[in-house]
Amino acid sequence: MSASHKCWLYAASVAAAVGIGAGAAAAQQKELVFGLHCDRTGATQTVGTFLCPGYHDYIALLNSKGGIEGYKVRVIEIDNEYKVPPAMEAHERFKMEGAVLTGLYGTPQTAALAKKLDEDKVLGTSPGFGTAAAADGQRYPYVFPIAASYWSQGTAGVAFAKERLGGSLKGKKIAFLFYDNPAGKEPLPILEDLAKSEGFELRTFAVPAPGVEMGAQVLDITARYRPDFVIAHLFGRAPSVAVKELKGKGYPLSKLVSFVWGASEADVKAAGGFGAAEGYNVMQFAGVGTDYQVIKDINAMYKAQGKPEPKEQEISVYYNRGVMVAALHAEAVRNAIKTKGGAMPTGEEVRKGMEAITNFTLGGLVPPMKITPQDHEGGGWVQIWTVKGGKFAKAGDWKQPYRDVIKKHLDMEAKK
Amino acid sequence: MFHREAGVFKTTYAADMALYPLPIARWAVAGVALLFAVVLPSLLHEYYLSIINLVLIAIVGALGLNILVGYTGQISVGHAAFMSVGAYTAANLAVRLDLPFWITLPAGGLMAALIGAIVGIPSLRIKGLYLAIATLAGQLIIEWTINHVPAISGGAQASIEVPRPTLFGTELKTQGQLYFFLLFFAALAIVATLNLVRSRIGRAFVAIRDQDIAAEIIGINIYRYKLLSFAISSFYAGVCGVLYTYYLGIANYEQFQIVVSIDYLAMIIIGGLGSVLGSILGAIFVTMLPIVIRWIVEGFGSYFFTASELAGVSSSARLIVFGSLIIFFLVVEPEGLNRLWRNIRNYFRVWPFSY
Repeated sequence: MSASHKCWLYAASVAAAVGIGAGAAAAQQKELVFGLHCDRTGATQTVGTFLCPGYHDYIALLNSKGGIEGYKVRVIEIDNEYKVPPAMEAHERFKMEGAVLTGLYGTPQTAALAKKLDEDKVLGTSPGFGTAAAADGQRYPYVFPIAASYWSQGTAGVAFAKERLGGSLKGKKIAFLFYDNPAGKEPLPILEDLAKSEGFELRTFAVPAPGVEMGAQVLDITARYRPDFVIAHLFGRAPSVAVKELKGKGYPLSKLVSFVWGASEADVKAAGGFGAAEGYNVMQFAGVGTDYQVIKDINAMYKAQGKPEPKEQEISVYYNRGVMVAALHAEAVRNAIKTKGGAMPTGEEVRKGMEAITNFTLGGLVPPMKITPQDHEGGGWVQIWTVKGGKFAKAGDWKQPYRDVIKKHLDMEAKK
Repeated sequence: MFHREAGVFKTTYAADMALYPLPIARWAVAGVALLFAVVLPSLLHEYYLSIINLVLIAIVGALGLNILVGYTGQISVGHAAFMSVGAYTAANLAVRLDLPFWITLPAGGLMAALIGAIVGIPSLRIKGLYLAIATLAGQLIIEWTINHVPAISGGAQASIEVPRPTLFGTELKTQGQLYFFLLFFAALAIVATLNLVRSRIGRAFVAIRDQDIAAEIIGINIYRYKLLSFAISSFYAGVCGVLYTYYLGIANYEQFQIVVSIDYLAMIIIGGLGSVLGSILGAIFVTMLPIVIRWIVEGFGSYFFTASELAGVSSSARLIVFGSLIIFFLVVEPEGLNRLWRNIRNYFRVWPFSY
């Protein structure tokens, strides 16, 4: 190793020191720190690259209007590449920087951090991933799904099938096409339960990772089982493959409903475009499209700065989810600051602020959820959207069917 | 220089067998031990300790993989699966039978060793890339089994929450407490590996790596030692998985997928195959480099970008820089960071009178 190499190492270490120093210097009195786990480069980067900008844009909008009760918000985003060790590092970093809350990203990461969040008394939101049992606020006081869990999505799928099949599922056949991992299998007990009470026949079709090859399963569904309805719960590239394959085998897409991670514009485009996927139904836990006041405000903010509207809005499904998470974070902190009379809230107070959120709909982008100390899911609201005429169109209002079934399973889970 | 090798006389067998025969090496090791046991934990913020904790866990796993790949020359891409075997064994014992960590930790290691020896059976017949594929099958089979057998995985979520380790009635849960817990086992693993590789078993491993037919001719039982190598390597992996489980408080099979196996292979290749120090340097490099790069990008980037733009830039820049640095180091020294370190040391050994 020559001297120049050592120089380089020295420069790097100085740079690191400067970097940390700059971060610390920026921290001022009237500032709130939000920690955001994100995945822009890992296994689920197709989500993160659109979701996280949505989060940042909402916070920027908030700051441009004076922040939360006079506090500016600083977001620290850390890309965990969908790996667990970086998520742990990120959590400790957020803690060191004094984050009042964190936004989790990823199912294994949520599982790994659940205990740490409790111990450190900082809440983490896990919209659309993590375990359904986390809806139980007594059991996981610092984990907030704040969106329909896979259980709630399961009930929403069955309810939608019932609606589409003329109000009764008696004697009907439903196929459940799912990704063969814990997240994919999670809704199974709910579906089995509903199959008994609603009197339909349920058959499950597992798709092994990475989910790009499902010719056999689709053939089995279309040629042998011939179901009246298909509920799909897939991730990554898999949803578009499912749509393509089912359509290719002549199965009507109007009888297919997908869970929330197969529901973006990107999935439809990968499946051959909006024209080809006409009739495809998807579940959403946040609004779709740019026709919301908050999105217009964000675009106006960009326009005032002389910039074009963010290109991430192209995949509005994920972008809006980011906006929704940011809005709920801000609302929780606002509640906490208000109850404290303007003083800086602690993690515990922010949790109470989150548990006080009710009827915060952001002009329809956020479901009419009611988060309580018992129910951290906020009611498990799902809205179904259908591909119609080149875009997603609402196929109904926010719904939360079969809450009694979810309640029963949560109680069973709590007894374990 | 202060590094003197001349004039060190060994008068007993014990002195000849010492791990560090030179006084300066002994002082250096004592200094490093003092640094890690006393100085760092009292000076550093919890955040930095949490990063060291991740490194310590990675060191145990990398040492194990290096015994198999670096010392015995058997390729394995199933290392993460052996970790999950250890993790789930310990988690089940800790939750169902309420056993303390000093039982579950070796139990997890032994179970992983058993499974590792079974997965290693194909190594008796095949080598190189073929063996890599056979161990890949092992990885996938173990992943599938954990995913589909609720008796092991504890239900549909395939995750088991484990209570924090307790020592003399104290629950180890802060990063500072866990630091000492992990440091103890990482140090144990390092000392054990240093001694293993210079023992009869370690020499047999190296003989097999260098030329297996020659090794067999000089009387090394290849079947036994190959399987032993798999078992020992998997024992480390299992212990690494258990440490991971106690550190996070949960055993979850998604933390042990094939990417993790690849990460560990990257550690030992960057660090240096067939060296203990290489495993340690590799574990430090792969775990810490992305974090350090992010600090740098954040520090400088904040002058050029807004926070939201920076977030996008920093994660891409991190990948680019990380990839380039790996290539850079491997081009500069294909034998890894360990060799790089030895080159530096050899340069200073005769400094300033190098010829």
